[in-house]
Amino acid sequence: MARVLVIAECSGERLNASTAKCVACAREIASDVVVAVFAPRGAEAAAEAAALEGVSRVVHVEWSSPPLAASLAPEIVSLAPGFTHVLGPSSTFGKDLLPRVAALVGVGQVSDVMSVLDPYRFKRPIYAGNAIATVRAPSDSTLVATVRLASYAAAGSAAQPAPIEIRSPSTSPPSHTRFVELRSEQGNRPDLQTASRVVAGGRALGSAENFTRLYELADALGAAVGASRAAVDSGFVANDLQVGQTGKIIAPELYVAIGISGAIQHLTGIKDARTIVAINRDADAPIFEIADVGLVADWAQAVPDLIAALRTASR
Amino acid sequence: MLKVLVAIKRVVDYNVRVRVKPDGSGVAVEGLKMSINPFDEIAIEEALKLKERGQAAEVVLVTVGDSDAQQQLRTGLAMGADRALLIETKAPTEPLVVARALRALIERERPDLVLLGKQAIDDDHAQTGQMLAALWDRPQATFASRLEIDGARARVTREVDAGLEVIDVDLPAVVTTDLRLNQPRYVKLPEILKAKKKPLDVLPLSSLGIDASPRLVVERVDAPAPRARGIRVQSAAELVDALRQRGVL
Repeated sequence: MARVLVIAECSGERLNASTAKCVACAREIASDVVVAVFAPRGAEAAAEAAALEGVSRVVHVEWSSPPLAASLAPEIVSLAPGFTHVLGPSSTFGKDLLPRVAALVGVGQVSDVMSVLDPYRFKRPIYAGNAIATVRAPSDSTLVATVRLASYAAAGSAAQPAPIEIRSPSTSPPSHTRFVELRSEQGNRPDLQTASRVVAGGRALGSAENFTRLYELADALGAAVGASRAAVDSGFVANDLQVGQTGKIIAPELYVAIGISGAIQHLTGIKDARTIVAINRDADAPIFEIADVGLVADWAQAVPDLIAALRTASR
Repeated sequence: MLKVLVAIKRVVDYNVRVRVKPDGSGVAVEGLKMSINPFDEIAIEEALKLKERGQAAEVVLVTVGDSDAQQQLRTGLAMGADRALLIETKAPTEPLVVARALRALIERERPDLVLLGKQAIDDDHAQTGQMLAALWDRPQATFASRLEIDGARARVTREVDAGLEVIDVDLPAVVTTDLRLNQPRYVKLPEILKAKKKPLDVLPLSSLGIDASPRLVVERVDAPAPRARGIRVQSAAELVDALRQRGVL
């Protein structure tokens, strides 16, 4: 019988939204889903994990040091016996951590699971999502995998919370890796990874100052703000706003691409959006091939027009 | 002075749009332009910068693959690396096998720093560096956008979902590179000619004494489901109408 250990991702003492998506994927593999939460004593994250539908138990490892891969991986390996699968999110947290776990266990890893065919067969994107591979992993050893977050809807709330088992760490963190600081610029805006609406800008915006005009549109829509690689490389915005093959892969209800030409690497990050809107001056820009609604226009004209039209429509 | 090992992979050039074979057996790569994986090119560049700053003594390239991968090693030598090693195998390379091969090579080469790309743009696994660090029992600093060496320690700025994370790692360590770490240099013709004389050794994978059996089977490869064709609108007002009709506003 398959038993899945889901490695929760925490943001401070709270559960990151990626965990509920991993639980949704884990439920397709097994009915017995245990979530391991590495968070300080008393952290809300454990109760939040216990409240997710489909979770049979939460193991709260009281973890006070920074959640670095080199520290967490041996602890996860110590929890793994008895589980057929170890699953984590394909966020930078999970991408950093899970391969280290897999190698310590001595197994390969299935990265970016987008669908579960059976407990040992999965679909995953390759070549920036331009091809989808069906892969089979051996069923005679622990299967370690990361979950492509854009492919799963978050698990809902359970009628009854699952039991929480509290443990002390059984390993001590190595001294060779030390956390120094985290610099974050996201502020109070909706989180890009989980927002239902996203407004994103590209190189065509021309400057960091111009990019701030997008924030007005984002506010009018209640949207998070994203950017193409070109916009990040040009210094208009910070790296954590990058959407694409090497940035964030997102699946909002609405994605509005403004002044983004639509390189393959960018399209990879937005393919699963329900509705894609493209606004670009160049009628031949590749972004229009993937857009559900396209408007050929200069952003400087279109953005204020759109803000005005949204205000009129909401009246 | 550091000895830096840079692991690279030969992949379909990032500007080439690949096609899935109609029989679902894989991606058609025959005859396509091949290049160094772009993230690995950034890793080479960073190693060369360390050498130019007087922090690294030697830059050694390594790849695991078939003999065609010598082309990419030569390109890396032309960029400025000192010597190169091909760990030769005809079998498809899986991250765990590559990590084991690199781990075995580390016993011989004893590098202070191993640099490699955060992911290969063909299979998009993003695993090898982390697996190597685990097998080596050394620190890992993935998704690096800044690397500062200070004696036996490296300070690495990492691109993470929440922003930029800074960590300190003791050397030796594994660092995987992200896009904004540097801009790789262009190779000039005289360097390409000079690189032909630099040492490039070939070592059969089987000589390393590791378990190289593949664990993951790719059963088939399909093209992604296409999106339905979209519409064009003429104004912002029409755009808002279209979104309302779709129920997204």
